[in-house]
Amino acid sequence: MMDIFNILISESFWAASLRISTPLIFGVLGALLCEKSGVLNLGIEGIFVAGAMSGWLAVWLGAGLLGGVMVAALTGALFGLIHAILTIPLGLSQHVSGLGVTLFATSISYFIYRTALPNVTSPPRIEPFRPIDLPIISDLPFFGPVFGQQTAMTWLALLMVLVVWYVLYRTPLGTAIQAVGDNPNSVDAQGLSVYALRVGAVVAGSSLMALGGAFLTMSAFDAFFFGMVNGRGWICIALVIFASWRPGKALLGALLFGAFDALQVRLQTEVGSFVPGQVFLMAPYLLSIVALIVAARRADYPRALLVPWFKGER
Amino acid sequence: MIRIEARNSPPMLLKVGVPIFAAFVSLLLAAIPLAFAGANIGTAFVEMVRGVFGSVFAFSEMLTRATPLIFTGLAAAVAFRARLWNIGAEGQLYLGAMAAVAVGTGVLDVSGIILIPVIIIIGCFAGAFGMAVPVILKTRFGADEVVTTLLLNFIVLILVQMMLEGPLKDPMGLGWPQSSPILDQGMLPVLLDRMRVHSGLIIGLILALVLQLLITRSVWGFKLRAVGENIAASRHAGIRINRSLLSVAVCSGGLAGLAGVSEVIGLKGYLTADISPGFGYTGIVVAMLAGLSPVGVVVAALFIASVFVGADSMSRAMGVSSYLADLVVSMSLLCVLIGGFFAHYRVAWVSAPAKIKK
Repeated sequence: MMDIFNILISESFWAASLRISTPLIFGVLGALLCEKSGVLNLGIEGIFVAGAMSGWLAVWLGAGLLGGVMVAALTGALFGLIHAILTIPLGLSQHVSGLGVTLFATSISYFIYRTALPNVTSPPRIEPFRPIDLPIISDLPFFGPVFGQQTAMTWLALLMVLVVWYVLYRTPLGTAIQAVGDNPNSVDAQGLSVYALRVGAVVAGSSLMALGGAFLTMSAFDAFFFGMVNGRGWICIALVIFASWRPGKALLGALLFGAFDALQVRLQTEVGSFVPGQVFLMAPYLLSIVALIVAARRADYPRALLVPWFKGER
Repeated sequence: MIRIEARNSPPMLLKVGVPIFAAFVSLLLAAIPLAFAGANIGTAFVEMVRGVFGSVFAFSEMLTRATPLIFTGLAAAVAFRARLWNIGAEGQLYLGAMAAVAVGTGVLDVSGIILIPVIIIIGCFAGAFGMAVPVILKTRFGADEVVTTLLLNFIVLILVQMMLEGPLKDPMGLGWPQSSPILDQGMLPVLLDRMRVHSGLIIGLILALVLQLLITRSVWGFKLRAVGENIAASRHAGIRINRSLLSVAVCSGGLAGLAGVSEVIGLKGYLTADISPGFGYTGIVVAMLAGLSPVGVVVAALFIASVFVGADSMSRAMGVSSYLADLVVSMSLLCVLIGGFFAHYRVAWVSAPAKIKK
């Protein structure tokens, strides 16, 4: 017990938690934005891969880190647009279309990576984002080491929580996005375009997801690996339900998740001798399922989630 | 102005034609990545065709590859018919495979006539269990089965790795994470001498026919389709939804488990953690291409297996990444989805209604 307590008060543990949470924060926000408008985006896992690969490749080809982030966001938007066209004006199954986008985005990313770098044995590396040393915060006890070790992408993720919250709850656009996910007919009656609102939300949400992927190759690591996303997208889908579609709770969920993941890595070194390592590897997925079981009944589902809407049809 | 009108029921020609057209288009679209990779497109397609039809061996390899896809395709088709989103066939496949090596590697040393059916039944149970859990979580707690089945895939794969380093590890395996071999009499007979294609294929074909009959002709099939098409009406008609969903789950999971059994006792002879290169996920594409029809699954599985085997052989000959096959498969899913839209809806141009002045 003492060990756990010591871990929980250590600065490096919280710094790691925040780092592990970052891709999840992007992913959860992206999924939340799509679902708020009424569209489930199971393309998330593939969009993570595409964001990770395209951002990394852009940097490797000399676009610079900022260029890489933009390329990743655009890539995400593009795959989001495919999902949006299939599910919104065409009204096709959101489940199947999302899985199709995941398979497509993953395979095209792997194909392009293999074709661009045919004969590499070890993945080439880029110069990733460096931690930012903030003037005042770095000098604070505890907070300094926790927040002083983060890169620009973590700060961007935290900023996006505020942006998504502000847009959804403090602007007319956000009201419209929420309404289109609850009752598209009412939005249509107001003279607003259901299609445009939903497509916009899915495209924007998808570029957030791609940034989560880009964090993996441009901040957490410095190279692209096959299978590096490893279910993070699916965990985000579970976390959105856990967060009951609230941006603040989504941040909390992602942070809790990151903290748990950081804790299990540290516990592994403590009790690794008599518990197989795989038990710890399973933990994030099991935890997601538990979170889902706990939250599913109480979750405040957007009422028109998964329901296609056609203009002129009531 | 464009108007979209629903067709009452899509004509048979479109139902069959759309998937074939979609498959064809996805193959044509492969020209783009081929050009990107700098390959001669014509030669590449010839190599792909030769990789499947060039010899009896090539063709038998395609059938070998199609076998697990028939099982996972059927698993997805049955579940999706009832709108039960089983995305966990990959995990259920591994559960079936694990069960196969648990009973087939020496615990039960009996003759093949007993051993093979026992392995098959236990493997089915393991897969069925893998899908029953998420469905119980769905009916009891409202936990979305899409997310739970997806996450369970990762959990099961890690469990397999754990077992292969622990209780299921082959003591004679020189430290490799693989299971002991299945007893000789526990292996399914091969269909052709010196080829790998095995009688798992026959089991798959029979199951496809049986399922086709069950879905179209039995009360169970009727309930399954009713639950899939209108859950509220089904409940009103007195169908016990939870029980119906559970039976579909058991059937779907069992089929996915069989895919694992068939790979272990038909092809590999032992279990490794990379026995399936995503057969579970590809099964979803197979089912969608098949229009969720069990007999269609067989045709779709043959097509997808041809793409994989053809592209593998082409990529060996021409140095193009074999991820091309996954790319074509994913494009075929997107194409058949779009095609399905045109099968179910008519797009009509109508003159715009006169604007009412404000």
